[in-house]
This record gives sequence, C-alpha cells and structure tokens, in this order.
Amino acid sequence: MSALSRDDVAHLAGLARIDLSDAELDRMAGELGVILDSVAKVQEVSAGDIEPMSHPLPLTNVTRPDVVRPSLGAEAALSGAPQQDQQRFSVPRILAED
Amino acid sequence: MAHALGSGELSSVEIVQAHLDRIAAVDADVHAYLHVDGEGALAAAREVDSRRASGEELHVLAGVPIAVKDVLATKGLPTTCGSKILEGWVPPYDATVVAKLRAAGMPILGKTNMDEFAMGSSTEHSAYGPTHNPWDLTRIPGGSGGGSAAVVAAYEAPLAIGTDTGGSIRQPASVTGTVGVKPTYGGVSRYGLVALASSLDQAGPCTRTVLDAALLHSVIGGHDPLDSTSINAPVPSVVAAARRADVKGLRVGVIKELGGEGYQNGVRDRFDESVALLQEAGAEVVEVSCPSFDYALAAYYLILPSEASSNLAKFDGMRYGARVLPAGVDDPSAEQVMAATRDAGFGDEVKRRIILGTYALSSGYYDAYYGQAQKVRRLIADDFAAAFEKVDVLVSPTAPTTAFKLGDKLDDPMSMYLQDVATIPANLAGVPGMSLPSGLADEDGLPTGIQILAPATHDDRLYGVGAALERMLLDRWGAPLLTQAPELSAKGA
Repeated sequence: MSALSRDDVAHLAGLARIDLSDAELDRMAGELGVILDSVAKVQEVSAGDIEPMSHPLPLTNVTRPDVVRPSLGAEAALSGAPQQDQQRFSVPRILAED
Repeated sequence: MAHALGSGELSSVEIVQAHLDRIAAVDADVHAYLHVDGEGALAAAREVDSRRASGEELHVLAGVPIAVKDVLATKGLPTTCGSKILEGWVPPYDATVVAKLRAAGMPILGKTNMDEFAMGSSTEHSAYGPTHNPWDLTRIPGGSGGGSAAVVAAYEAPLAIGTDTGGSIRQPASVTGTVGVKPTYGGVSRYGLVALASSLDQAGPCTRTVLDAALLHSVIGGHDPLDSTSINAPVPSVVAAARRADVKGLRVGVIKELGGEGYQNGVRDRFDESVALLQEAGAEVVEVSCPSFDYALAAYYLILPSEASSNLAKFDGMRYGARVLPAGVDDPSAEQVMAATRDAGFGDEVKRRIILGTYALSSGYYDAYYGQAQKVRRLIADDFAAAFEKVDVLVSPTAPTTAFKLGDKLDDPMSMYLQDVATIPANLAGVPGMSLPSGLADEDGLPTGIQILAPATHDDRLYGVGAALERMLLDRWGAPLLTQAPELSAKGA
C-alpha cells in the first residue's frame, strides 16, 4: 500500500482547508492508500517524450470588444445574500481587531 | 408528445400537470427531484399555449416539459449541486443550456438529484439522500446524474438534462433503461454549469428514445461566446441522422479492452446481440484494440480530483457557499472559518477527492501522478485517433454491471469508481458518446446499455447508429424496454 500516513492526510487536509475529525483522518488514510495504489498504475506507462494533454481542445484566448454593455444589476447580484447593506454584501466579522 | 402539442390534441398545461401529478404520486419513493417548480412550469406552459393559439411558429419541443440536473444554474430556482454548502442558493442568472431550453418554450419541471458536485456513480453521495432506481427501488439509478435518468425512466419528465464528466449521463442511462448522450466536448456550452473538472464536464440529453435525444441535443448545442471552450464550427445535424437511422456500409469497431473481465455475463450477452443486429443491418464489424484504455481509470482519478480540488476551492465560506464558524474558537482566523465551513459543507466523497487532488498536485508528487496522468490522456486520445482511422464508430457495453444495491459499494470507493471504466476514455479525449438500452440481463432482469462512440464533432454518427439499433431492438421486444419496468404507482407513497 502507498505510504500515506494519518499525519500526511492531516497535512493535506490543512492544505485543502478542510477540518477532519480523528475518525475521518483514520478512515481516509486507509481509503486514500487503496486509491493511490490503484492510480499509481499510470506510472507503468513509459513517459518517454509523450506530450502531456491537459485539455481535449486546443485552447485560445477569447476576447470581445472593450465596450460597455448591460451586466447583472446590483439587485440581482445581491439577491442571494443573506444580509446586505447599502448595495453591498454584509458579512460577519471573522478577524480580530489586530 | 411534441406531435400532440403541435396538432392541438394536447396543451402544454395538460402535459405539465400530468407530470406534476406523476411526480406527486411516485417521487416520494424515487426521490429523483431536489426541487419541483410546479407554478413556474405551469406558467411557462400557459405562455406557450397562448403563443401557439395566436398562430406563432414554435420550436418542435415547445411546450414539452423538462427536468434539469441541479448542477446547472437556474434563475429563480435553487441550485445546490447536491451539496449542503450551496443549500438555499438561488442563482440570479441562467446557464446557457437553461436559457436555450426556456427560449425553445420548454417548461422546467424542477431540478434533479445528483451525487454531490457530480462526484459518484450511484447518486448515494447526494447530501439530500439517494435516488432510487425506478426498476427496483432498492437499487441505485447510476450517478452522478441518477436523478435525471430516474425522472425519465419513471415518467416524471419526458426529457432531462444531465452532465457527464466520466460517464454521469451514460452510466445512469444504462442502468435505468434510458438513452443518454455526452456530446463532443465543447459542443454544448458549459456557461453556468458548476464545474467539477473543467476539461471533462459536458452537459447532454437524457431521454427515452434516440430521436428525443437528437431533438434535445439540437436545442442545447451550438457555439456560446460566454464559454471559451465552446466549439465555433458547423456540425452535422443530429436530428437528420436520427431520422435517417442507417448503418449499411458503416464500419463498427468493438473495443477489445472493454467487455472482458469484470463485466457481468448478462451485460456482455445483450451487448453481443446488439452487435450482431448491427451486422445483420449491413454494418461491417471488426475488433479494435485501444491498449491505453487499460490506464484510463487511473488517469481519470488523478486528473479529475486535481481539477476538482482547484474548482471547489472557491466554496470556502468567504467567496461562495454557506459559512460555518468553528465551535469553541473565539475570534477565529479566516483559515479556521474556511476549514470548518468545508468540513461541514462537503460530504465524504468530495473531501476524499479534494484531498486526493491536493496530493496529486503537491510538490514532489506532481510529475509521478498528475503529469504522468496527462501523458496517459494523450495516449488515450491517440488510441481513439488510430481507431477512427479504421472504423466510423466504436462500441462497448456502457457499464460493467446492471444497477447494484444501494449501499453495496459505499465503503469501497475503488469498486464504485470501476462503474465508469468504459465511459471515462471518451471524456479524457473529448469524443462524443451515447448509451442506449440493449435489453435486460438474464441474471437479474435489469437494464443493460450499449455505448456508441464517435470522433469529435461527429455526434451525428451516434444518432444514426443509435436510431438504427433502437429500431431493430424495438422490433425484437415489440415495445419499448421501459414498458417492462414494474409499475411504480403500486409501490407509491
């Protein structure tokens, strides 16, 4: 099994900004080990000079003329906000004074 | 239905009301809808009826109601992606697909259940509870678009929209006895489709017949300047191909790597019969080898989580989604709020894939996992290109098994992932695919599906072959496969 310890999973969860309980960490370490063992199969393919493919289409920048045009109005944009004030999203403070 | 509307035999209001009644009768058991918009659908139906009465020329599907997977933004209708983190969100705009449905005069019945953020193959990973397969309520309807397939199979909607990242339209179609199409990547706009894996996601039709799928495909397809990955090129008519329904002289390749070990006997038997029918109808059938397909599942389960970990980073309680404050922490930091929000808002499968993607993209492992998976993706695209030099379409069973029991694979993610083994290569390469019913497996009497694949932008070939095969199978069965499904109302709530 791929070496992915409980501490490794905790570190990854921290990077991904997800709190995991002790039980979740224990379970996920085992599950991810099994999954990683399976997906490691991609390493059997000789890398050679194969060009990596990140997307099925050749991507190009799409631009439009820089002209003013109608967009989502303030009322519509704020329609999903639990709280609003003076045409702005109102959110609870999460940072201390300092 | 479209014919009855056009001839005045039925009104759109009557059809919508009949579907709302059906939903009221059976959806407590099936749980295919997350949100039903009866008032909105009836209002749209009344408008279409009025326009038709005034002599206005309407789209052929005008007045035919439809259900939409809950991953597409719908103005004024909740859009949750099957997740608690988006619970209660009502978008202020329509996805392009939805806007096109409305422009065609199609009333939207509601939003269909799905695996959370389209991650899963069984619709058991919805935060709002699983959908049940109309053929057997103890079984899964496939995933992630199990809701969209189930509403069509249960006659709760005549048509539905799904999305397919690794098979989420085709595999549910296979296990519910319906037709599902993943169009060519870029053939249908992704604007307003909440992204799971941007290079793989594709919206498409879920229907009961191939012609229905073609008509719906023609409504939602086409270039969209709001989507930078939308193809801006003319494509052959899928409706004309479905009406032509001809395979004479066509070269059909059976994919050697899909259909062997791990495939249920009944699935293989029905597939072999369908291939024999194509041959009888004048198609030339040959076996084609795509050796890199053996690595497709592994590559997919590295590429998808990598893209998903990036796409879902925005659901952190700061930029998007619900906000949860960590318990017992005074003056929490922004990071602590994000972590608590994402823990409470995401389900197990989403967390698992985000962490897997974080690992695959992390320093020291990138080349061995994500980079290597991208090279496999190239090899798979090359396999398709080589195969389509020899044949016009490729075929395989859609899913390795019929619908399994709810709960059977929940504790075994790899076993669940194997459900997509035959459908994933098409997403990696961007080619179109269709699943249509191929009959019932002898072992369990449940639906099986045959998958048809074509080169990119040649979606019309799916419809030509699919419609021809459907016609031959109908002749054999004497009636659509869905007529053999158990009557739901007998079990209804």
